[in-house]
Amino acid sequence: MPKARKIIPGVDPKLLIKDAAKLLPDPSRRLFLRGATSLGAITLLTGCDIVDQDTAAKALLTISRFNDRVQALIFNPDKLAPTYPESAITRPFPFNGYYPEEDAPEVDGETYMLEVGGLVENKKPWTLEELYALPQEKQITRHVCVEGWSAIGSWTGTPLRDFLQRVGADLTAKYVWFQCAEGYSNTIDMPTALHPQTQMTFKFDNEILPRKYGFPMKIRIPTKLGFKNPKYVVGMHVMNQNLGGYWEDRGYNWFSGI
Amino acid sequence: MSSETADAKPTHLPGVSSGSKMVIHPRWVRITHWTNVVAMFVMITSGWRIYNASPLFSFTFPPEITIGDAFDGLTGALLWHFAAMWLLAVNGVIYVALGILTGRFRRKLLPIRPAEVVRDLRAALTGKLSHDDLSVYNAVQRVLYAGVILAGVVIVLSGVSIWKPVQFQELAAVFGGYDAARFVHFFAMATIVGFLAIHVTLAILVPKSLRAMLLGR
Repeated sequence: MPKARKIIPGVDPKLLIKDAAKLLPDPSRRLFLRGATSLGAITLLTGCDIVDQDTAAKALLTISRFNDRVQALIFNPDKLAPTYPESAITRPFPFNGYYPEEDAPEVDGETYMLEVGGLVENKKPWTLEELYALPQEKQITRHVCVEGWSAIGSWTGTPLRDFLQRVGADLTAKYVWFQCAEGYSNTIDMPTALHPQTQMTFKFDNEILPRKYGFPMKIRIPTKLGFKNPKYVVGMHVMNQNLGGYWEDRGYNWFSGI
Repeated sequence: MSSETADAKPTHLPGVSSGSKMVIHPRWVRITHWTNVVAMFVMITSGWRIYNASPLFSFTFPPEITIGDAFDGLTGALLWHFAAMWLLAVNGVIYVALGILTGRFRRKLLPIRPAEVVRDLRAALTGKLSHDDLSVYNAVQRVLYAGVILAGVVIVLSGVSIWKPVQFQELAAVFGGYDAARFVHFFAMATIVGFLAIHVTLAILVPKSLRAMLLGR
């Protein structure tokens, strides 16, 4: 129901505006005022301090949610990311994280267990040995960072799609949520999880994934920006609820498809 | 391409003013122009901050002239950039469509003859180029306006290539791939900023041109 508006008693707002308009004598003056108003609007929209920071932030986040939906529509589940020859691999491949390389988590491969949960039939945790026994594929694709730079890397692992089928995941669920050893997290949409190039990665450049690239497991998603490719993954949950992620909760666009 | 309509009027006759009663800039031109001012301001200043996160050259833009303080670091700039892109693109499509459909581009911007450009540029640099009739563009204006429209098209298409280098990889390939498209995007920005330096200076030097863009005449 529409809220009742506050009206000054005895004043008809329509008549008030008409009276105000009468005070402007010359039509060109009115036109000029209209022009001046749009100039004023320009300064209002520039994000300077004139606009309340919270209001601007909320509006920006609303548009970012709209951009999520647009990107989901643009996403073509059959469109493959371009692949490159071995010679195109960026060496050394950069380390990325919100912490320096020496602070990267050290996961013990002996005791490592991948927790699988949510809307899946088989919630049995996986040891690294069991994961390594899965059929693997190699891809040489471009990692595109949200900052703008890009680097080409070689990743080997098992397609996430095959793994989700293997554990009896509900493929009609909306999201897959990943938890990482250092507390990082990420939620991706199911169509991207089922993309043929979305991979549970165990090797970089034909070698066991080194610590700096996410030992023991990274989720490689060549159709998303780099920060949507979680490393040191220890948990995977199939869900209908979007649990966001480390950067997404700090304002990065959630879908972040490329 | 026919240029009869453009040639029907002499390019510039000093002292003859046909502009006083005629509308120089129809309403749609003025609305899209000022909308573009907003969109370009946000896109360029947020774009500079995004550039700073991973500079292509050995310089960065002073953070004071960039926007995006609503969130930490790069985040705010990205949010502004990917919000204002809709304003820029939708407004740009409307402007270009109407420019073509109404015949304004053909009337105002064509023909562009190199000899006339050289002549008018020389006149402009020696202070002899008349701005008496605002309804007719001289050859230098035609080149600059046509050029900046082209830069606008390039900046949007290279931007789409950077935004979606997998989904729109065919488009990105036109610019030489993802990394090359970033350079194209940068140089299109530099072209537009260069244009703006001239455009704003001249609007200040010839205030009636600013009036025409606000009031139409």
